Amino acid sequence: MRKNKRRLDAAMKNSLLFAALASILIVMLIGVFTFREALPAFRDIGLEKLLTESVWRPGEGQYGILAMIAGSGLVTAGAVILGVPLALGCAIFLSEIAHPNLRALVKPCVELLAGIPSVVYGLFGMVIIVPIVRGIDMPGNTGFGLFSASIVLAVMILPTITSVAEHAIRSVPKEFREGSLALGATKWETIQKVVIPGARSGIISAIVLGLGRALGETIAMIMVIGNSVIIPAASTGNPLSIFLSRARTLTGNIAVEINYATGLHESALFATGVILFVLIMIVNSSAKYLMSHGNTGKNR
Amino acid sequence: MIIRKLKQNFAFTAMWLSCGFTVLILLIVVGYVIIKGFAHINMDFFLTPPRGGLSGEGGISSTIIATVYLVITTLVFATPLGVGAGIFLVEYADNFRSRFVQKLVVIARFGVETLAGVPSIIFGLFGYALFVTTLHFGFSILSAALAGTCLVIPVIIRTTEEALKAVPDSYREASLAMGAGKWETIWKVVLPSAITGISTGIVLSAGRIVSETAIFYVTLGGSYRTPTSLMSSGRTMALHVYYLAMETRAFDKALATGAVLIVLIIILNLVINTVSRWLST
Amino acid sequence: MTGKKVMKTINYSLFYGDFKALNSITMDIPVNRITAIIGPSGCGKSSLIRSFNRMNDLIGNMRTDGSILIDGKDVYSQDVVELRRKVGMVFQRPNPFPKSIFDNAAYGPRIHGIRDKSELAAIVEHSIRDAALWDEVKDDLGKSAFTLSGGQQQRLCIARALAVEPEVILMDEPASALDPVATLKIEELMEKLKSKYTIVVVTHNMQQAARVSDFTAFLLTDLERSGNLIEFGPTREMFTNPVDSRTEDYISGRFG
Repeated sequence: MRKNKRRLDAAMKNSLLFAALASILIVMLIGVFTFREALPAFRDIGLEKLLTESVWRPGEGQYGILAMIAGSGLVTAGAVILGVPLALGCAIFLSEIAHPNLRALVKPCVELLAGIPSVVYGLFGMVIIVPIVRGIDMPGNTGFGLFSASIVLAVMILPTITSVAEHAIRSVPKEFREGSLALGATKWETIQKVVIPGARSGIISAIVLGLGRALGETIAMIMVIGNSVIIPAASTGNPLSIFLSRARTLTGNIAVEINYATGLHESALFATGVILFVLIMIVNSSAKYLMSHGNTGKNR
Repeated sequence: MIIRKLKQNFAFTAMWLSCGFTVLILLIVVGYVIIKGFAHINMDFFLTPPRGGLSGEGGISSTIIATVYLVITTLVFATPLGVGAGIFLVEYADNFRSRFVQKLVVIARFGVETLAGVPSIIFGLFGYALFVTTLHFGFSILSAALAGTCLVIPVIIRTTEEALKAVPDSYREASLAMGAGKWETIWKVVLPSAITGISTGIVLSAGRIVSETAIFYVTLGGSYRTPTSLMSSGRTMALHVYYLAMETRAFDKALATGAVLIVLIIILNLVINTVSRWLST
Repeated sequence: MTGKKVMKTINYSLFYGDFKALNSITMDIPVNRITAIIGPSGCGKSSLIRSFNRMNDLIGNMRTDGSILIDGKDVYSQDVVELRRKVGMVFQRPNPFPKSIFDNAAYGPRIHGIRDKSELAAIVEHSIRDAALWDEVKDDLGKSAFTLSGGQQQRLCIARALAVEPEVILMDEPASALDPVATLKIEELMEKLKSKYTIVVVTHNMQQAARVSDFTAFLLTDLERSGNLIEFGPTREMFTNPVDSRTEDYISGRFG
């Protein structure tokens, strides 16, 4: 009896260890495999050429992903500009101003916004946003492009930023709020001068996490950004018209071409993946760093 | 004083509006897709397979089957691994004295966190290269499920860990003190208390598979025939939306499928919310 | 009894939802004196002191009955922001903001519109001096308030309250989180401040009440767990010759 029990314990311990090891193995496999496949591209094309050449013509052996980096960068910037103020306003409203009942009503809406599949956002973008954007009278404007993609992406990162920022704001100790109110500060002054500074690192990491999500989004971007491999440029004297340009993201580049790519072309796509991976790692670890080193709170 | 009050009113109005605007966006997206979509939904839509053609004739029956098939296959792979790894990390990891195992645990924790931040297309890329081509599984439910497993394992490990950590140590001590073995304690005392939390993670993962498109775009193929085996190619509902919108340009059918997806996601969200509310009381 | 009465409660009751936390409290709080509110935990001391500057407003479904008058004006019928400028508060646990020492003391004046740097510096120095902290921090005004010890933090919070030139200072168990030496410093400080300010202090420590206060209010819960004012009077009289037998029981240590 006792012996059986011990044997069972040992057996379970080992199989659980196996499960944990398998999970590690998957991570390693993904890393190793992606890098291995990308190696020929790094060797034969070279990192510098990959990053700085703007022409991507796999048929002619030209593999520069600068256009895609610009596309990803611009669309992310656009989404952040459009989405962050809205998300922060929403986070402050939910954590500081809204009546608990209203909050209980709105919070699930924000969560649902996060749960809607990206392909549905892409579809919505194609059917609603793109035709509206097409209405802007500019030469060469088809509606598909950075602006439409930024709007769609802004909506997609809105819930992420809102929930993380809201959490950060709520975890500011209530003593700070009381201290400020007791000095005759208005509620808004308290929020502005004590609560937001107190939650600063959490708010910044919320934005950075949203940035990471934006960089990684694939399918919705393919659907609305136009996918042309060009470095976006302003079509008129107005510098903002750059956002009406078509573009392609790093993620879109992989998804659109991987299924028929072979040889160096395939390897170059893996290299795109590695570069994307490194980019997102930098973004996410800086968010994590900010969250753990936010030394603004009390001695928690 | 009046200026300070005005400033506050102005700021609060701005916050009010941004929150109202967010809810409005949700209502517009969900409302538009559901209203437009439901106009094209009838019983036939669910019961007939897509027949291709320029207007995307037919319904979505085979894509529903493919979605269910894929979700179940993925969970069959991911649940034992994820829950097992979660249990190991919480209940066993600290008991190992071997330096080697401890290092592995650190790597595992780091790995799980890293995996959670990886954009899904990377899993697609990896799945395509390893499962589709190198292992010759081809575009198939199997390849897609294995790639999908990578996507949801971090979710399951995390929720399992959280659920187990929420079980008070006194439960474990009480059971161990009565002479129960370690595994017996976990099986009979810890897991029953943590089961709702763990199920939340599994439902959450099912939702991720249902809504994911990019990974399956590069691993599942896209055939709209009903999958018959693990090696069949297929098309999930989300993927179907993509193909309808991007290739056939059949927006009405795409919206209808999208509406079904949204309703499905709302139901899954409700399930999760109910479970977690039930959990917290 | 000396001094004109600036602050008084008249049949003041406080409800949180259906629960009546304070039951018809009537008392006069003399100006430029220290009034202590004592009583066992849960008797409504904190609820009462937080009524004077309406910090209870932060709690949902709160309502009141009767009135609290300051300078003849009901606190609930005036602007809460203006009220809190006149009635400062020091909390149980030191709660400096995550800012520099200077910015903590300057917080109130800045809020109330003082921008001039030299004027701000003067106010900051003045209030930190009044809080008996100047000599300890004058060279480190730019440092984070969190570098201070608990007692110093609490005196900084007092300085922060003084900087907006209040008429009344409320102290909600200001020394309960501090060690005996720091407690003593706070008590000495209170003694010094009362020439300029009216002070109300909540304490669960009867020796402290006896040491620092001029008047004492004793609160006790009734059968419905509502706080009632049992006795109010000059501290020395109350501690040597209490009128009510329950007061005697409490100060001689028969309650928890």
